[in-house]
Parts: sequence; C-alpha cells; structure tokens
Amino acid sequence: MNPETLTIGLNPLPGAIPAWHGETYALKWDQTAQRVRGHGGFLVSVWGSDDSDRGQGCAMHVAYAASGALACLSLPLGQHRTYPDLSPVYPAAVRMQRAVKDLLGLQASGSRDTRPWLRHGAWAAGEAPLRKDYAIDGAGTRRSEPYAFVPVSGDGVHEIPVGPVHAGTIEPGHFRFHAVGERILRLEARLGYTHKGVEKLLETCTLDSGARLAGRISGDSTVAYTWAYSMAVEGVSRIEPPARAIWLRALLLERERIANHLGDLGALGNDAGFAFGLTQFSLLKEDMLRVNESLFGHRYLMDVVIPGGVRGDLRAGDIDRLRREADTLGRAIAALRAIYDEHAGLQDRFIKAGIVTPGLALTLGLWGLAGRASGMAWDARVDLPCRPYDELSVRAAVRRNGDVAARVNVRFDEVFESLRITRLLLDGLPGTAICTPPGQAPDRAFGVGMVEGWRGPVFIALHTGAANRIHRLHPHDPSWQNWPVLEHAVMGNIVPDFPLINKSFNLAYSGHDL
Amino acid sequence: MQEILRLIIAKGLRTEPAPEPDPALLATTRRLGEEVRRCFNGALTIRHVDAGSCNGCELEIHAVNNPFYNLEGLGIRFVASPRHADVLLVTGPVSRHMEEALRRTYEATPDPKLVVALGDCGCTGGVFGESYASCGRVSNVIPVDVAVPGCPPSPLAIMRGILTAIAIGR
Repeated sequence: MNPETLTIGLNPLPGAIPAWHGETYALKWDQTAQRVRGHGGFLVSVWGSDDSDRGQGCAMHVAYAASGALACLSLPLGQHRTYPDLSPVYPAAVRMQRAVKDLLGLQASGSRDTRPWLRHGAWAAGEAPLRKDYAIDGAGTRRSEPYAFVPVSGDGVHEIPVGPVHAGTIEPGHFRFHAVGERILRLEARLGYTHKGVEKLLETCTLDSGARLAGRISGDSTVAYTWAYSMAVEGVSRIEPPARAIWLRALLLERERIANHLGDLGALGNDAGFAFGLTQFSLLKEDMLRVNESLFGHRYLMDVVIPGGVRGDLRAGDIDRLRREADTLGRAIAALRAIYDEHAGLQDRFIKAGIVTPGLALTLGLWGLAGRASGMAWDARVDLPCRPYDELSVRAAVRRNGDVAARVNVRFDEVFESLRITRLLLDGLPGTAICTPPGQAPDRAFGVGMVEGWRGPVFIALHTGAANRIHRLHPHDPSWQNWPVLEHAVMGNIVPDFPLINKSFNLAYSGHDL
Repeated sequence: MQEILRLIIAKGLRTEPAPEPDPALLATTRRLGEEVRRCFNGALTIRHVDAGSCNGCELEIHAVNNPFYNLEGLGIRFVASPRHADVLLVTGPVSRHMEEALRRTYEATPDPKLVVALGDCGCTGGVFGESYASCGRVSNVIPVDVAVPGCPPSPLAIMRGILTAIAIGR
C-alpha cells in the first residue's frame, strides 16, 4: 500500500522511519480504516488531543502500519464530541477508544461498549483529565466505581475474581474468571489500576525532560520507549543522531530483549514446575545485568538513550568483553534449550496450552512477540526498520502453533538472533561521536517513533508546543492489542494453567495504563 | 536428566559466599541471617504490593530471589497473601486507582507488621509525583517503616531495606 491508496493528502514526516501524516474528515475516517485493512495494514494506535489552547477544538488521531510505512491521520473535531467508531474494522480499537472517552470525553459514535476503561472513579464521569482546562492536580472524586463485568450464567458456572493485588510479584490488574469445574469458560480483564497520569505529566515537560519520564512508562522496556521517544523528538527537530549512537541504541535494545527473554524463559519453566529453569536462566540474566551496570551505569539501561544520541560509550576492551559475553550466552542458552526441548513434563505443559490460531490473531490484531508465535510475521526491525536494522538483515522468528510452546520457541529464536545482531553491531560500530543535541523544535510539529521492543512494537506520537515543550504525547504499548487476545487464549484451558499462559504473553500493565 | 545434573553441578553454588569480593552484600547477608533468626525465628514473610509502579522495581524484587542474592536461603520468603505476611514491600507512587487496594491489603496484614516503601516513587512519588491520578509516596496512604530509594533500588539495597525494617520491628 502506498500513500496514494488512501486517497487522502499525506505528507512525509521527517525521521528515522518512513511515515506519513495527513488530515481527514469524518466520512473518510472509517473508510480509510477499511481501505488499510483491505491492504493488510495493522492498526497501531488511536489517540485524541485537546487543541483548545491553540484556538481549535479536540482532534482524533490514528496510526496504521502497512507495507513498510506508518500512515498517521488526524481528524479535527471542532466543537463535535463524537467521531466514527473504528472497532467494526479493527476490534483492537475498542479499548483505545474507551480510553479516549475517559481521558478526553470524546465518544466513538455507535460503539457498543461504553463502559469506562482507564477511569475507575479517581475522576468523575464528566471530567476529562487530558483537556487543557483540567488541572494536573485535579481533586477528582477518590471514589472507586463498580465495573460491569459481562455476566455469565448457566449450570455449574462459578466466578473467580483475582486481583488487583496478585499472588506473585507482578503488576496490578483484575481478572474475572468464569469457570465450570476447572475449565475456564470466559476471562475478562479489568486494567487501569496503575494509571498515574503519565500523558498529562508529559504535557508539563520539555522535549528534553520528557525523556526521563518516557524511560519509566514501562520499566522493563526502558530502551524501547526512550528510543521511540528520541526518534520522535529527532524527527520534529530534523536531526539525525551520529551513526555510532544509533548502533549503540540497537545494541542496548537487543540487550534489553535478551535480558527480558531470559527472565521469561526461566519464569515459564518455573510456572510449569521446572524450578531448575528459573535458577539457570536467572543466573544468566543477572550476569547480563551486572555487565549493563558496569558498562552503561544502569542494570536495566534507564536513561542511557537520550534525544540526539546516547549517554556513555564503549571502549575497545568493552567490545571484546561483550563479544565474549555473547559467546558464553550462546553456548549456555543452547544447552538449556536442549533440556527444555527434551523435557517431557515441561513440553506437556507448554504444548497446546493457551492457543491463539493464526486466523484469530489476524482478526484481533495480535502482534509483537505473541503475534509472531501465531503466524503474524511482523517485526518492526524487518518491516519498518530504522537504522541500523536496515543493514542487519534481521530474521523475524515466526511460529504458527500459537500455544505456550510457540511463544517459548519464539523467545529462544529471538535470543539467538539478538546475539547474532549483537556480534554484527560490535564488529561494525562506526565513528566516534555519540550525540547530536536536537536544538529547538518548531511549534505545532508532529513526529513519530517506533521500535520493536522485546514485547512488540513501541510507538510514540509527539505533537510539539511552543518553546520546545510537549503539547501532546501519546505512548502506545503493544499490550493494548494483545490483552484482549489473552482472554481468548485461555478459553477452555484449566484455571491452574492461567499463570503459565499469562506469563507466555507477559503483557505490560504500567505501559498500558499510563 | 544427565544434562540437568551436569549443569547443576557445573554451575555449583552461585550464592555469593562469605569470602566473595562483594563486601556490601556480604555484610548484609550475615546481618540479615542473624536478625532473622533472632527476631522472626527464620520465618519472615513478605507480601509485595505494586501500587502503581512502572515495573522496574518488580524486576529487582525478582532478582533478590535469584541464586546470587538468594533471599529465600536466609529464611525470608515471598508469600501469596497479605494474611500470611510480616512485611509489606510496596512499590510505585500509589495510583489513586490502587489506593483502596493498598489500604485493604495493609488492613489484611496481621500485626505486628512492617512496611518497606521501595524505590524513588515509593519514597517521594518519584518522576510521577502527586497528581489527579497519583497519591505520590506510599506514606501518604499507609504508615511506612523504611523507605529504600533507587530507580530501581539494587537487590542489595532491597535486602538492606528489609534488614532495617527487621531492626525496627524488634
């Protein structure tokens, strides 16, 4: 699909990835969605903005990914408070639109699900925290409202409420199970517990100071978020970081991917009763975190990527150390993979647990790591590559079984691919400069950033304000698309397999709730 | 099976032993062991509550249970319910949506109980501060005994925080 196919005037956006932006009107809003869908495009994100401080009304925005480019559309609403519903075309839009309603008071007309999503009652139904006239320290109501879970009835159906405080060390969310005996009939998640006003807070930041906050949207994906954020800032400022900085960012992103995959592979073994796996993989992960600390000053690489480049460089000795680390890791993981593959008890739990068929994945828009385990062969490093990925011939790991075993295998495949990329990056680390400060960005500019985080594509949309400030910034985690699919994956499975299936997706709460 | 045993033997005991060159951890480990034995008879239990964290602190809480730090080896365990817990380990700025859940968790924890607020956000509200959606620091919602700064605090700092909490509880 090229931009002409959309029959809307689109302008290219400057920046590290091919992206287009244009304005449209209500009639075209859902037509365009159908056209994009018809061409096999993905829905990336839906968000709104309040532009009343610049003499306009509110606006809706959408981003699609199709055929190697991002297409972003804006729909100025003037004084209207409604816009056409995208969910008949893209089911994943439902929760995004509910969030827009909660935060900006804009309603998708005709949408069937009108329940609040991110709003639990901290602010009242009529209030809209992302409106410019809403104070960031607004008093709100501090009253929690009940949530209308979809009722399930029938012989022997019982309800199991879980959360928001979970039994393990994980983020808070509520899961409502309906089960018959041990078998899950239906699961419905309620999220939004960790909503802490990130988007409102970002509007008080400069393009410079926002980077620190961007790195804390989802702590396990700090490199992905800071890179996507920096990419958007560099796009609007029309600068390109030095080649060395970009190579180092990719090195950091692959380290983040490896570390998280190692943690998950261990935890998945543990959730299937194989504590040996957790022990072995957490040893490998801890070794990596200590190398991060010693080379980059932070175990999880927070604040290393900054707009314009990176903080901290590698010396020749460090490069040798990382090469040796890659060799050691490669050998150790290969040995553990053989054990996982041959362990009958483990494979018995993994295989056929939590299946998402490729057809369902396509319909619901599953993507990222979980999508690739269900045949969705899309990886931003391959399909929308920024430098240096365009030179690395990344091979996307794709499986089609869509079960826990497939998601385990994708993780293994991706770790080996990341190690291969790491060696290429270390061999070809160019230049010497590591930062080009962005300078002043123009007012009312629009920029985007997108990188393939370990969980999936992380997207940032940036609308600039005057004096290098953020007018509106929307971070989008791939979990938005994948949470609803988890509810399908667990159907017909037994309740005790839920932790295993949930872990195999390992979706973000904080990155989603914002 | 052979390969599993071979790897277990090859890796050996990775819990950092007494003569290891990490003096900070060593001191913490020893004192923790003594305190735990004396005050809690080797059965200290922790309930973690994420009250709105970015998930960074959670990564380090997982790390304190890895073989290098091996908190559980000292008799300190994470438990599934606040009703089984001696210590609440609370992360995040407390989001308004978690305020009630945190209060209820605190009330569900039997006395005597200790609260450790973890991370910059738990200590001060951190980068998220107080807003329409965030109550800020943990002590704005429930009483806090020890606050461990860091973004996120290292596993060592977390262990030290727990030790300090035990000293108070004595």
